[in-house]
Amino acid sequence: MIRKVTTLAAFLVAAPALAALLVNGAGATFPFPLYSKWFSAYNKLNPEMQFNYQSIGSGGGIQQITAGTVDFGASDAPMSDAELLKAPDLLHIPTAMGAVVVTWNLPSVKALKLTPDVLADVFLGQVTKWNDARIAKENPGVTLPDQSIAVVHRSDGSGTTAIFTDYLAKVSPAWKTAVGAGKSVKWPAGLGAKGNEGVTGQIKQIPGAIGYVELVYAQENKLPSAALKNRAGKFVEPTIASTSAAAVGAQIPADMRVSLTDAPGAEAYPIASLTYLLVHKNQTDAAKGKALVEFLWWAIHDGQKLAAPLYYAPLPAPVVTRDEALVKSITVEGKPVSLGRG
Amino acid sequence: MAAANSSTSESIPVTPAAPGGRRAFSGDRVYAGALAAAGIAILLVALLIAATTANTARPALARAGLWGFITGRDWNPVEDIYGALPFIWGTLVTSVVAIVLAVPVAVAFAIFLVEFAPSRSRSLLRFVMELLASIPSVVYGLWGLFVLVPLLREHVEPALGRFSFLPLFRGAPLGVGTLAAGVLLAIMILPTIASVSVEVLRTVPSTLREGALALGATRWEAVRIAALPYGRAGIFGAALLGLGRALGETMAATMVIGNSPEISASLFAPGYSLPSIIANEFSEATSALHIGALAALGLILFVVALILNIAARLLVRAVVGKFERSSS
Repeated sequence: MIRKVTTLAAFLVAAPALAALLVNGAGATFPFPLYSKWFSAYNKLNPEMQFNYQSIGSGGGIQQITAGTVDFGASDAPMSDAELLKAPDLLHIPTAMGAVVVTWNLPSVKALKLTPDVLADVFLGQVTKWNDARIAKENPGVTLPDQSIAVVHRSDGSGTTAIFTDYLAKVSPAWKTAVGAGKSVKWPAGLGAKGNEGVTGQIKQIPGAIGYVELVYAQENKLPSAALKNRAGKFVEPTIASTSAAAVGAQIPADMRVSLTDAPGAEAYPIASLTYLLVHKNQTDAAKGKALVEFLWWAIHDGQKLAAPLYYAPLPAPVVTRDEALVKSITVEGKPVSLGRG
Repeated sequence: MAAANSSTSESIPVTPAAPGGRRAFSGDRVYAGALAAAGIAILLVALLIAATTANTARPALARAGLWGFITGRDWNPVEDIYGALPFIWGTLVTSVVAIVLAVPVAVAFAIFLVEFAPSRSRSLLRFVMELLASIPSVVYGLWGLFVLVPLLREHVEPALGRFSFLPLFRGAPLGVGTLAAGVLLAIMILPTIASVSVEVLRTVPSTLREGALALGATRWEAVRIAALPYGRAGIFGAALLGLGRALGETMAATMVIGNSPEISASLFAPGYSLPSIIANEFSEATSALHIGALAALGLILFVVALILNIAARLLVRAVVGKFERSSS
């Protein structure tokens, strides 16, 4: 505390105009509400540190941190090997988890269970009626109407689509060959709508529609969400707990670049993912580097408590432990940062 | 350059006239130079935009060839295969629907306002029309999504479905699609066309109108034989301005067009327009080929707008020529 006061005093004496330490970041839009909460909460604790975060999308975040125009990047999908080659000292620090929820519009159907192959075939346009025998088989007791299924998907390139199609490509060989996975794909069926709100708007309007949105958005708007059969063979509802569970049993490599879809574990929801902050392992600016490391430490500990109220899934304990090691490995001007508080 | 030259050559005989002439002369030169610089700057900016867009587009155009890209019907970012035809089609169809719906209404509005409306209600009507123009396009998009689309799905499209012998009105009435985008664009370009048409009709000399009335024409006949032929070229210009807005409109079209890169003869089917795909995919496009393909679409939009502008201008010139010939 005393040291903090003296550094602050030194700052004030030396250069009053530079009293604020501005850290720039750019990237993913999905975690933006959580990050802006973090930035304002952290700024209250450390008034000298200010954040400027541009939510320009994961692709833009990767480009900007690679080009060195920002101090940290943010991405929903891990960087590819080719991207990492251009900036080999970037660390992927998982900060929170998200999930993709399948939602629908059938007033008579309050709960829905779907198996991976049926879900893939619906989005391939091969299962076209709600009362299809394959849907009915998993939903005994539910009256499914003789109605056409209208598929709604995202039209804008998005991490949500990347995670959803990554899952479908894992569970359905037909999807993998016909469509594949990516932020924008060639959809075999349905309508495209912009953003979570666009997809939700279309689904609410078209009777018999089915689509996918982020867990955060589905929970905020109280949308119905389908229980999906996970790899362990259990039907799991998308919740904050079942999303966090997806990262518990998964094999996560040392660099944390992993796809958590179709994760093992009886409680794991199958369309979950990590979202990352991207920071350089070797920080060259002494003041900024130290401040950034301290912020990351705070984010993976105290910051996690702010996640659930905003419907983000907090990191499970094993991932936090891995994160701690990563954050400690960051060096500022060649030296590690001592992290007293935790 | 030409502007600067002509102004100096005109200024020279003036120079020796008055004692203050010399100062006026240099002022003229500065003024002409500044104007020329401003004019050249606009040209340069346009050229720079075209050049940088073309440069970004190069990888995609090199892969498929210009003609292959334009006629390609497949758009698959996962496989890095890009073709522009569905987007060109969607842009043209929605713009044509918008113009066909908007021009008659806008011209009728202008005629009513200028020729028939009681003078007290005129300013109110104009105010409301101009209010339409100031609504942000995203608000139009939301209105389209939540009001227009259900209306089309439940009432208009089932009714039009009776004419399904025309391929235009076939398929399931989804609400979302090229028809919805066309109707929404029509509403959005209505104020542009209407307010320019009002200005045009106001320039019609009252002697023409009075002459027609004096010959025994009714008020409608006076409009038809005197006012409309006089203002025809201007009204074409108004439609051209509206078309320009319809071609480039992004947000509102994206929200109701269905965003599906398919070519269908039916207006009920979902489509995709050039600005929409750029807005949708650019922020998350990472491969050089994907970014290049989107830039190439931008270039096509640029060229399509240019061609339409030139065509409309030629049309206006032909109409004006015909009018001048017939009136002489």
